[in-house]
Order: sequence, then structure tokens, then C-alpha cells
Amino acid sequence: MADDPSPVRGDEGTGRRRFLGYVLAAPTLVVAARLGVEAAGPDVAEAAIPSPPAPAELMDLGDALTLAALPTANLISIRLNTDGTASFALPRAEVGQGITTAVAMLIAEELDLPLDRVEVTLADARPELLFNQLTGGSNTIRSLYHPVRTAAAIARARLLTAAAERWEVPVSALTVRAGVISAPGRSATYGSLAEAAASTRTTTASARPKARSEFSVVGTPRNRVDAYDAVTGRKKFAMDLDVCPDARPAMVRRPPTINGTVKAVANLAAVRAMPGITDVVVVSTGVAVRGETFGQCVDAVRALEVTWKAGTVDGESDATVLAKLKAATPPLAVPKLLTKSVEAEFSFAFASNSALETNNAIADVRSGSAEIWSGLKSPIDAQQMIAKRLGLPQSAVTVHVTQGGGSFGRKLFFDAALEAAEISQKMGKPVKLMWHRTDDFRHGRAHPMSFSRIRATYALGDVVSFEQRHASVATDFTHGLGEALTATAAKLPVGGLGFAETVFELTQEVPYHFGVTTQLLSEVPLRFHTGSMRDVYSPNVVCARELVVDRLADKMGKDPVAFRRSFLKKDRYRTVLDKVAELGGWGRSMPKGTAQGLAVHVEFKGCTAVLAEIDCRPETTGRTIPDAVTGPRVTRVVMVVDVGLPINPRGLEAQMIGCVSDGIGLALTESLHIADGLPLEGSWDNFFYTRQWNTPPEVTIVVLPPTTGEPGGAGELGVAGSFAAVACAYARATGTMPSRFPINHGTLSFDPLPREPSIPQSPTDGLDHAF
Amino acid sequence: MPQHTFKLNGEQVTVEAPDDLRLLWVIRDLIGLTGPKYGCGLDVCKACTCHINGKAFNPCSVRVADIEATDEITTIEGLADRRTGALHPMQQAWLDHDVAQCGYCQPGQIMAAIAKVRQAKAAGREIGDADLDEIRNICRCGTYVRIRAAVKAAAAAM
Repeated sequence: MADDPSPVRGDEGTGRRRFLGYVLAAPTLVVAARLGVEAAGPDVAEAAIPSPPAPAELMDLGDALTLAALPTANLISIRLNTDGTASFALPRAEVGQGITTAVAMLIAEELDLPLDRVEVTLADARPELLFNQLTGGSNTIRSLYHPVRTAAAIARARLLTAAAERWEVPVSALTVRAGVISAPGRSATYGSLAEAAASTRTTTASARPKARSEFSVVGTPRNRVDAYDAVTGRKKFAMDLDVCPDARPAMVRRPPTINGTVKAVANLAAVRAMPGITDVVVVSTGVAVRGETFGQCVDAVRALEVTWKAGTVDGESDATVLAKLKAATPPLAVPKLLTKSVEAEFSFAFASNSALETNNAIADVRSGSAEIWSGLKSPIDAQQMIAKRLGLPQSAVTVHVTQGGGSFGRKLFFDAALEAAEISQKMGKPVKLMWHRTDDFRHGRAHPMSFSRIRATYALGDVVSFEQRHASVATDFTHGLGEALTATAAKLPVGGLGFAETVFELTQEVPYHFGVTTQLLSEVPLRFHTGSMRDVYSPNVVCARELVVDRLADKMGKDPVAFRRSFLKKDRYRTVLDKVAELGGWGRSMPKGTAQGLAVHVEFKGCTAVLAEIDCRPETTGRTIPDAVTGPRVTRVVMVVDVGLPINPRGLEAQMIGCVSDGIGLALTESLHIADGLPLEGSWDNFFYTRQWNTPPEVTIVVLPPTTGEPGGAGELGVAGSFAAVACAYARATGTMPSRFPINHGTLSFDPLPREPSIPQSPTDGLDHAF
Repeated sequence: MPQHTFKLNGEQVTVEAPDDLRLLWVIRDLIGLTGPKYGCGLDVCKACTCHINGKAFNPCSVRVADIEATDEITTIEGLADRRTGALHPMQQAWLDHDVAQCGYCQPGQIMAAIAKVRQAKAAGREIGDADLDEIRNICRCGTYVRIRAAVKAAAAAM
């Protein structure tokens, strides 16, 4: 917090916008706000052959979600408590992305209250919020920035008015510091004024949030508000909660192929009689067991003798899916007549969005009601679907959003919550359902396989056309995002498209003036369990694009940085590029078998440039580590990120570090191999997410100071550029442009776990590995 | 039901549990300490890492019957100074570097990191990149870079 007392802000002559909100009827001060619309306009095109703005430049996915949130945002409220704290029930999911910290900072800023006196909790499902309780598309701060600040500013003004009335002095005679209002000779805490400032009826109010020049919290690096709890083991995730005393551990025996169903169970009675087991029931996804401990549930799940009906993709393997994608790729339109051209094709394997916390939920279903606890990014949709499954009215289902142990797209879905509700209803008892790790990879959500074909033509030093045709196994969007976009469909600049195509058009933007530029999506509807994965399309689409950009530069005899520089559409993009080239020492001499690679990515009203250095020499790729994939090592990454207005630079840096880890995994090691309707991966030593031995020893993230003044999206922003930069570096180090990702996908580097039973037993030799 | 006795975070505990039950479920489901997390039950992800007599191990892969009465088990909850409540230097380094994102793997990361530093010190050397490369704990948020910085900083204070 600022050390100097802030002067009371007047209403006149500031040039700042006044925002409307409410003071709600409540015993202590409760304020709420509605937000204003910011229309995004295209910048003026300059240089090269101008490409008309793509829809994502005019209005991107986050704008669409922000627009969807408009009619209900006034229901977001901040409460001032008599102990001097402010509390806010955030209608979003915290899954590690740091939004509880960032929102607490916004409130602390506007209220002039120390950060540790702002408590941000996660709101239960609130169906009256309609579309405004969906955490996705890196949209949380973009959609809450104005309403949260407005509400906090109204609260501050009310507290000042209450103090002025109590002391019979004008508001202009008051100062505020750290939650204490002072006038000459006296002072009062916010807590002591919280009741006086309250209203007995709901009224409208307005306030002008601080100008950026007045910020003393926003834009300063802050540690996470939950860091202490995280390092002491006190942070509670759903499976750690003691909220439902009779909820016992439960697990599910799952089919040998995706979406298989139970034909028969030969030994139900025998398994019910196993030590510690209380219940065994057949459910729509398999056979559920409930017991005293998860260890006993593992034993019971493995002991079940189950025969199965076929699943939905039993005949599908990597090769059959890829063939379908190639066949479905939309045709290229621009002929290669009078120009030279670059053509390339890329395939991207399925990748699991499994978090470290596996799918889980607590469910307590009674005869006329149900209560659910789970880490959920779309809790309203979860509430609706659970009510439907249970045959209850939506209002009879209470859904609590718990702290999530990672998401990466996974927690947009509520597979475990729905399943736990069904199990609890069938058993007539509360359950703590947890998925086994092996199931989480094999039956959990995955980013679908995709295929990209690009043709770029060039002549006389200009790129004349750039066409990208992207085919993907259908991405499941049935988690509330669909409803949000449908509700605003009439306002979107991409009328007439299907839903996935709408998301594609709202998220994809080629940041270069490449003449006639088109990017089209085609989907193949196969019934895998799919979903987004820290971004939807961009990591794959951008990786393919940037590899082709490097090839264009090469063909046209230009340096990759100079080439990009000459075609980038905006100064803002050139700034991140120039900065990363400078800080990363672009072009420095490196040993044979090592190289630099560089990429630019624009999304979420922000942009990044990433420089990666990779070591592909045999002594590095030949490193042997037990049960691991080593391969090429990224030795250094420099990223420059411009999000418009960083709220918490330290949190933003953390997100970008995570994005770098994701990008390295996507480029080099991380994939699912589909064989006969099931992923073969069943543990973290099969699914090769980035590990310490793949981590660059040197990573530098540069967060640019405010540029646009409006916060862009951050959580997913750094993945695509990191992925692409590593791929470009690999291509330059090896002299071969990779066309299949991750690059090690062609080799199966592990022995797959059995399909039956669906989960493996835990080892018993743990003490032999103590160190 | 067999009884099992051992020391947990400085206190002698006795629990009734089947011999084969893995220690992780004894700690989490029967005793109710939830700092050690389940991430795989396969001794792979290392989210449940605790200490046994000062060494890092994974209770998901140890039968409770294999724990001796004299064994001292330490979970993340027992890491801070039991008298003063002061954090272990590794926990403090984690705060200083704001390492955690979702936080799910971090108790295991901290317990593993302490053992790794002790191992290097016992071998008479400072912890280096080669040691850090050997840490197997998964962090799906990808915080590895800050983990490396925090471990190096804590090593100086241990």
C-alpha cells in the first residue's frame, strides 16, 4: 500500500469515466457494480500488403465473453465487515492462475485497504449470474476489472460520506490511509463505519475508479495471497475438505475403451464383502466402489470381474484419426500461378490436459436435494446438468466451488461432479469420488489431434497470400461457453458460422500483413473426451504458422527477425519482437547442433515474443534418465510479454513461466498415443509433460509496463509463442523443419499399463527409493 | 485389525489398518492429515513426498506394516519448527520466490527439495543444476524455474 495518505478524489475535472453501481440493502456496507463496454477498434494498417482485420482483431473471444457477462455483472458485490476487512466471493475458479490475488489487489487499490485485509473466496454456483460464472478464455481480469474497481470505489465513497456525516465535516476534509479515514484530530477505521455506511434499501450509486497514475497496488509485484497456506500444507483442495463427515472414498472401474459401458459384473457380492468396502454399484461410466480408504477402493476396483460393451471410438488409432483429419481439411484457394510459394503440413497429437489433482468431487445426494463440492470453472452448467441427471430441480442442487489443483482446460468440465452425484444417488450415501491417475489420462479430457496445411505465396519481396487450413477432432464446448456465445451471437462479427468455427475465428489472428490471409477450421466429430488445453487452437495453429514464417524468410533471403519486423501489423508487436531479439542476443554465434528460434503470438488483447535456444547435440539428446524422455534440451528462453495493463507482474511472470513449460512439452515430448479406442498413457512416466531435466536452466520473462491501459488475458497467452519458438529453434538446429508434434511422438518410449483392470496397483517398494 | 505404531510429526501415533494399506491412505484417510497429496499412487509424480527418518520417500508406495515403531515420519505439516512455528528455510524460500501456483504439488516439492539439498551436502558439494535435474516431482503448472531458484536459495540457509 502507499505510505502517503490519499487525498479524497473529487468528481470534477478528472476526465475519468464515472461508472454506475449499487449500494445493496444489508446490515453492513455491501456494494455492487455494472460494467461499461469497451469497443475494440482495428488499428490503422501500414506498410506491406495490408490484410483486412481478421475478426479476432475486431473482437476476440474474451470480448465476446465480456459482452455475455454484461447484463448480470451488477450482481457482483463487495462486503465491508465490521472487523475492517473487505470480502468478495469471486464468481470464478482459482486453479493456480492467481486471480484471487489479482482481484484482491484491485479491491485493495480502490479501497485504500491493505492487501491482507481483503478476503477473496470462491462463490458457489449462482444461476442468476447466467453466463457470468465461467472461467475460461483468459477472461477473468478482462471481465472483472471495471466492475470490481467500480464497486470498491463506491464502497470507499460511502465510507467517506459516513465519516463526514458522523463528524459533520465536508468529505474534502478527509484523508484515507490503509483502511483508516482521518480528519484533523480524529480518525475512524472502515470497520467502525461499515454499519453506518450500509443502506436499508438498494440504491444506485456511482464512482470514478482511480486513474492509472494513482495506482499504488495495481502494477506492483505481489506474492500470492494463498502462498503461506500452500507451503504449509494448509491449502485445501476438494479431497482435503472435511465438510461432509459421512462422505467416504469412492473410485470407479472404467472400461477398456473410451465410453465403453458395463455389460455384466460377475462378482458384485464378493467385492461388496471385501475389507473396508461399503458399497458397489453399476453406473453409466463403469462400476463404482465406496470404502473406508482409497487404498481399499483400489483393491476393490481391481478385484471386480466386469465384461464390457463397446465404446464410441473402439476402431480409432492415431493413424485412422489422422487420415480422417487430412480428408476433412478444407481446400486451399489461392493458385500458385505467377508467384513462388511455400507449402507445409503439420500434425499435432492428442495431448492430455490432466492436472496434477485428478478429477474429483464430493457429492451428498439426499431424497430432495444434493450438495456438491468440486473445483469447477463452469459451476452453473454443472448445477443444471447434475440436477437433470438426478431428477431434481436446479434450485435443489447446491454447488460449492473449491480451490482447484490446476486446470489447463480440464476443470471447464465437471465429469467427476456429475459422476459423483450419480454414485451418491445410487448408493444413497455421500461419497468422495477421486479418479485414479491412469483413468485421468485414459478417460479424462484431451486436447484433440489436429492437422494444419499452409500455403503462402510471395513475389517481389512481398507475401501475397497466406492460407491456413486447420482440421481438428471436434473440441467439446458443452460446458457453458456455448450458451455464453449463443446469447451474444447477434453481436459477433462472424455471423453464420458454427460454434467451433466461431471460437476459431474469434481467437485466431495472423499478426502479419501477408496479403490475402485466410484461416479456416474444419472439425471431425469423433466421440473422444475432448476439451481445450491452455488455449484452444492457438498453440498448434501458431506453431505451424511461425515455422512457415521462418521458411518464407529463408526463401526470401531475410533474417527471421528482420522478416517478421517488416510484416508485423502493429508497433506494439514490433516492440515485443525487438525487445526479445535484443535481450536474447538474437543471431549470436552458437555451436553446430544448437540454435535459436523465435516466434510472435497475438491473442487476448496482448502479445508475446519468445526466443528459445535449443541443444540437439548427441551428447544432450542421448542423456539417459530412468523412465524418462530426455531428447533435445531447451537451454534458454527469453519472453517479452505485453498484456496491455499488468495487474500483478509477479503473477504474470509466473503464468508465463508455466506457459514456457507447456510450450516445451508440446513441442518435444508431451502426447497421447491412441490405440484401438484408448490412450496408451497411464502415468506421468508415460505422458511426458516437461520435467526438471527438460527445464531450461535460464528463463527470463520481461513484463512490459502498461501499453493499452486495459488488462488483456494472461493465463494462456504464453503457450503458443513458446511452443512455436522451440519448434523454430529445433528446425534451425537440425536443419529439418519438423512436421509432426511432439517431435518424439513417433517413438513409444514406455511399456503401456494393462487395459484391464483399468487401474494399476500401487507399488510396495517405496522405501527402497528413499533419498 | 492390526495396529500400527510410528512417530508422525513428533507425536507417537497408533492406528488400526490392514497391513497392506499404503501409508498415504493411513495418513490421509485414517489420521486426517491432508498435506501429502495423491497424484498417481505409483511412486511417479511424487506429490505425496514425505520424510522417513529425514529421507524423502513416497507413502503411496509403502505398506503401513513396513513402517517400524521407531520410524519418524514427517509430513509438510510437521516441517516448521514445532516450538517456535518458524518455517523451514525451504518453505521460506518458496515464499520469497512465490513458487506455488495451484499449490497442489508444492508440499511434495518442498519435502523432496530438502532431501536433495541434504544429499548434496552429505556428498560435500553445493546443490547444482545436475542435482536439480534429478528431482522427479511433477509440477503441472510448470513452476520448475522458480523451484530451481528457491532450492538454490534455501540451500544457502540450510
